Amino acid sequence: MVSLARLTPGKVGLVGSLEGGRRFVSRLAALGFTPGTPIQVVRNHGAGPIIVSVRGARIALGRGEARRIKVHLADVGA
Amino acid sequence: MHTHLGQQRHIGGRSAQARHPVGPEGQGLDTVVVALAGQPNVGKSTIFNVLTGLTQHVGNWPGKTVEQKTGHHLHQDHDLLFVDLPGTYSLSANSVEERIARDYIIKESPDVVVAVVDAAIPERSLYLLAELLLLPAPVVLVMNMMDVAEQEGILIETGVLQAALGIPVVPMVATRNEGVELMLDAIMSIVDGTFVYEPRRPTILATHQEVLAGLIALVTDYVPEPYPVPWVALKLLEGDEEIRGVVEELVPENVRQEIRAILHKHEDAVLDVAGARYAWIGRMVRAAVVRPKVGQVGLTSRLDTVLTHPFWGTLALLAALAGVFFLTYTVAGPVQGWLEDLLAQLAGGAVRWLSALGSPAWLSDLVSDGLIGGVGTVITFMPILAIFFATLGFLEDTGYLARAAYVTDRFMHMMGLHGKSFMPLLLGFGCNVPAVLGARIIESPRARLLTILLAPLVPCAAQMAVVTILGAAFFGNAAGVVVWSLVALNLVALAALGVVLNRFVLKGEPAVFIMELPLYHLPNTRTIGLYVWQNIVAFLQKAGSVILVASLVVWFLSYFPAAGDISQSYMARLGRAIEPLGRLMGLPWPVLVALLTSFVAKENTIATFGVLYGDFKAVLPTLLSGPAALALLVFQMLFVPCLATVAVMKQESGSWKWTAIGVGLLLVLSLVAGIAVYQIGSLL
Repeated sequence: MVSLARLTPGKVGLVGSLEGGRRFVSRLAALGFTPGTPIQVVRNHGAGPIIVSVRGARIALGRGEARRIKVHLADVGA
Repeated sequence: MHTHLGQQRHIGGRSAQARHPVGPEGQGLDTVVVALAGQPNVGKSTIFNVLTGLTQHVGNWPGKTVEQKTGHHLHQDHDLLFVDLPGTYSLSANSVEERIARDYIIKESPDVVVAVVDAAIPERSLYLLAELLLLPAPVVLVMNMMDVAEQEGILIETGVLQAALGIPVVPMVATRNEGVELMLDAIMSIVDGTFVYEPRRPTILATHQEVLAGLIALVTDYVPEPYPVPWVALKLLEGDEEIRGVVEELVPENVRQEIRAILHKHEDAVLDVAGARYAWIGRMVRAAVVRPKVGQVGLTSRLDTVLTHPFWGTLALLAALAGVFFLTYTVAGPVQGWLEDLLAQLAGGAVRWLSALGSPAWLSDLVSDGLIGGVGTVITFMPILAIFFATLGFLEDTGYLARAAYVTDRFMHMMGLHGKSFMPLLLGFGCNVPAVLGARIIESPRARLLTILLAPLVPCAAQMAVVTILGAAFFGNAAGVVVWSLVALNLVALAALGVVLNRFVLKGEPAVFIMELPLYHLPNTRTIGLYVWQNIVAFLQKAGSVILVASLVVWFLSYFPAAGDISQSYMARLGRAIEPLGRLMGLPWPVLVALLTSFVAKENTIATFGVLYGDFKAVLPTLLSGPAALALLVFQMLFVPCLATVAVMKQESGSWKWTAIGVGLLLVLSLVAGIAVYQIGSLL
């Protein structure tokens, strides 16, 4: 598993685990970041916040938050 | 022992009488209470505004600083009371908004809950429905923004969805007033029982069924009315801290231990419960939703390619801001000047009328300077506030504001803030009042407070006018460099204070930046109009009275006891009393008086100089040395915010303590900086 922050734009990962407090996990779970869910990285400039597309919605995540989301790399892109 | 929950039953704000008000002809007319629930950005407030218009009542949820809106709508002789619940992604206890929403539905048991869903992101926004269906109140599902969904290539068959869910499902485009009547009919069909309400509720994973059944058995004897037992058990399994606290207080020791053991063993259940809800949503929408063809790029994707780009996005943001400033100065500026002229004429007329009646001089002065001057300060804010809220409302309603927050996030991080604080701070260049009010868009209370405390360090238009005039008088050709250095000093002070407050003063975890970027859509003029209207009314009600009273106090202090001679007034005595402090900055007492009067309005500094020195532009440079002049300007720029800003700081933070800390910090900062500039400057 790699951190979501390391995925380049266009790459798709499947949510593996969320590392953080109960509140952090609960918030992300409600937004659809549940294990096995495909996440596509829309923007990632190597610094600053990233944008991902998950369950049809676009979510901006701080870099620190993105690092705490571990994903499995999917074989097929986009 | 049931009182712990029971005593809060009527806190939701609706008395038993409100449900059965007496109709216009004295007949009993049943009020149908409808709660509007939905995730943020689903267009819930547009629906609420379309339905209730100016019947809205805006207040706070009891004991909370979260805004509560209610309003009436008459539908086929039925009075419908709509209660706008806070926008929430789920019904956990993650935020105060989520607690308000679920407490209202459970404790106040509205007749119908309308769940508003964004049709363009059906799965994600149906998540809240999956939670709502576990509560006792019947639910009507509204698929809003059907037009945006179509624009993104998503087609939804609401009839199929209705058959799958067993609850009324209504398609809607609230911005075009489409589907509103259908929704009202659906609400009434539940109330009068013509719709057979048999919802399919989400279930949890088979692996957790047994655990949940065990929890239900454990708590069933202890859960107080009106809480649904299975819901309480499920929230326990999700690790909900609030419900866990309540249950642990009600159950005997042995049961408490058993519950703890179960929850400890299933700590990760929150993800499985959420996953099961999404799986259920997937089954419900499978037949009803047609996805876009692969390769079809929606409007949002195309716009975001530019608007969230590191370079083009920043450029677009600067252009948007230039537009806001252009509008503020070309539209609000002249209106403000016109209002000031009108008030001056009014004051002149009042003085003539009063002296014709033979009233004493102090009364004329009180009416013209104290009363009309004070009201004037409030009224001349109106154009700036109206333009500000209209542009902010427009940018928010289109979905752009979230992109502006994204683009600026990296810079704001250094101060422990994130992107959402950028817009309110920037608008402080126009006026600090809307800057503080604008901090409302930040949902983390900590980041909101920090933004409110830092906003006064952004130099407002009035402060800029003062330093420009004084800078030219003192420094001639070098004035431009001096003024821009002062602005830079303020921004450095803002960043430094932000870093210090963030690291050492404000407790709590750093703000987590998780923000949805809503799909772009056309704004709704009614929503923006009501947004402007409600914010101005709130400002008039709360800040207006404070400004008026304080203007009268300042008038009194500068008029008495010497019948209008400000150099002999209480204000002058105050100035002389603090002169030792002024001497540290090389400033004589009249300058201190001028700075004190800037507390009412920043531009007063200039007016007071005029009263005390006559041609101050010629006199002041002969009185003050170079270092003293610079100390004056630095002090002026960093000095405490004006009264109107202090009033809204109190209103928005809800705390006199934090308001005092914010004002006190600036007072200390301005004194230290002023003294340092003068002392170091004198040594050189």
